[in-house]
Amino acid sequence: MTAKDTMSTSDDAATPATAAKPAPGAPSDSPAALDAAAATGQTSRLAAVDVTLAYERTTVSEGLSVEIPDRSFTVIVGPNACGKSTLLRALSRLLKPAAGQVVLDGRSIADLHTKEAARRIGLLPQSAIAPDGITVADLVARGRYPHQGLFRARGEDDARAVAAAMAATSVTALADVPVDELSGGQRQRVWVAMALAQETRILLLDEPTTFLDIAHQIELLDLFARLHADGSTLVAVLHDLNHAARYATHLVAMKDGEVVTQGPPGEIVTAEMVEHVFGLPCLVIPDPLTGTPLVVPRSATR
Amino acid sequence: MAVSLGAAALVLVVLGLGLGDYPLGPLEVVRALGGDQGFASTVVLEWRLPRVLAALAFGAALGVSGALFQSLTRNPLGSPDVIGFATGSFTGVLVFTVLLGGSVLGATGGALVGGLATALVVYLLAYRDGVQGFRLIVVGIAITAMLGSFNTWLLLKVQTEVAMAASMWAAGSLGLVGWSQLWPAALMLALLVPCVLAVARPLRQLELGDDAAAAHGVRVEPARLVILVVGVALTAVVVATTGPIAFVALAAPQIAKRLAGGAGLPLGHTALLGGTLLLAADLVAQHLLPTDLPVGIVTIVLGGVYLLTLLVREARRTV
Repeated sequence: MTAKDTMSTSDDAATPATAAKPAPGAPSDSPAALDAAAATGQTSRLAAVDVTLAYERTTVSEGLSVEIPDRSFTVIVGPNACGKSTLLRALSRLLKPAAGQVVLDGRSIADLHTKEAARRIGLLPQSAIAPDGITVADLVARGRYPHQGLFRARGEDDARAVAAAMAATSVTALADVPVDELSGGQRQRVWVAMALAQETRILLLDEPTTFLDIAHQIELLDLFARLHADGSTLVAVLHDLNHAARYATHLVAMKDGEVVTQGPPGEIVTAEMVEHVFGLPCLVIPDPLTGTPLVVPRSATR
Repeated sequence: MAVSLGAAALVLVVLGLGLGDYPLGPLEVVRALGGDQGFASTVVLEWRLPRVLAALAFGAALGVSGALFQSLTRNPLGSPDVIGFATGSFTGVLVFTVLLGGSVLGATGGALVGGLATALVVYLLAYRDGVQGFRLIVVGIAITAMLGSFNTWLLLKVQTEVAMAASMWAAGSLGLVGWSQLWPAALMLALLVPCVLAVARPLRQLELGDDAAAAHGVRVEPARLVILVVGVALTAVVVATTGPIAFVALAAPQIAKRLAGGAGLPLGHTALLGGTLLLAADLVAQHLLPTDLPVGIVTIVLGGVYLLTLLVREARRTV
């Protein structure tokens, strides 16, 4: 990416940042969060601009604008069916917006050749299938597809990228093991390795920790935090608000297909926000380990 | 694995060229292949070689076609037969001979039109925001059943001789394949080889699921359509030349996978195995049975046994 691209991106993206409409009465009505983002001079390579997202008959979002701050670990949270996975699908061009556009590096992502887009944005989908009998190394190598020609065999670049991806996710020792024989946590690390082998600076993760036990969830989130520290832009849909608050640098809270509020978790995660977005009465206290917001639910019975 | 399959194919080729009313030993076969052996060369080069080569090439084409369909539908029952190609081509032949008064032997065009039209109808009926493998199979089974009864009705309406000839065609036979039939078919298959190689890598990506494939930069729906077209074309070439030959497309990919291991369905091994399988079935049809049967009958019997074994094994595993 050239400097010129970056400039034009930030110009184009100036509008959508303010266009994100907070719902009336939402805590982020105070524009502090947005101003903070603007003040730090964050640029954005990836943004949804005034998109309408719909499946066959149901419209999920209308006039939605979201900007992904460059080099952020952005986490999208919200109640079930609030449109967060749909937004992620649109950002990764798996879902074509019915109106509006997703902008990558200043251009509509729909105008990019699919392989070119796949060299810039990686995605770990929820629904990936491991073919029968495939080994870890073989599966990870499939992430190299956008870098390869139609007939070309694997080159040195591919071998290096696959090795690096397996090392980063600590699955090198499993290289020759069939994926069917792995535990859930190992398997999820292998899928992450496949996405890493794609060597994109932006990586989208659709509920990557679902179905994992708590230890494996934390292990995976630590891995994402390391990738973020190494300079990747990450966008994840997470269910666990406390994990989101601890790991995200930029939090996007959604409800009914709209962005309710967004910003650093320390600023936007409040009891009012959680009650407004999730309908859950709660107490928000500082996490004793990290100081990030910790949501403690209030329940009717205990 | 490839080497032992290749060796098996070679043994079968020598057998196929040697066996018959004018039997030849392996050495005689090799010498006859060099030419200048008078009648022996005529028998081997003119009569037996095209049939043996056709068995290898057509078996390979059917096997690869099956592998493409099974990979795409993520279902071991996916095959061009299941989505109605064979039944549709038979309908085409019957319509051509009955309604247009053509001869069964000249029905290649009818077979192609019928088969391709059926495949297209199944594709369109199964299309809803893209084609999903399972829907393709279910729609294919429904259309096949409907066309099957239509075919039966047509057979009952026509004269007995026409019905007999049409039924012989529908059984699928290599018996009438000579050089003049083999050349055009071989040329078409040769043209399809680069197409198969070109779809092989997108196919591997689609095995990971549509979302993962799309995330890797595959244009999912166009890729799927191209793979279907290549799969149907491979079958069409064979069916137009021999009539429908069942079960090679169904069984070859799965057997090849069990022999070769690895991920997904191995296209190269499947081609080799499909060729060997059809050649073996044709030898059985010609020489092991009291009368010279169409190879399609043998493959149906073999396929039935194969399918039964598969079902019993699945049932044992799940209980």
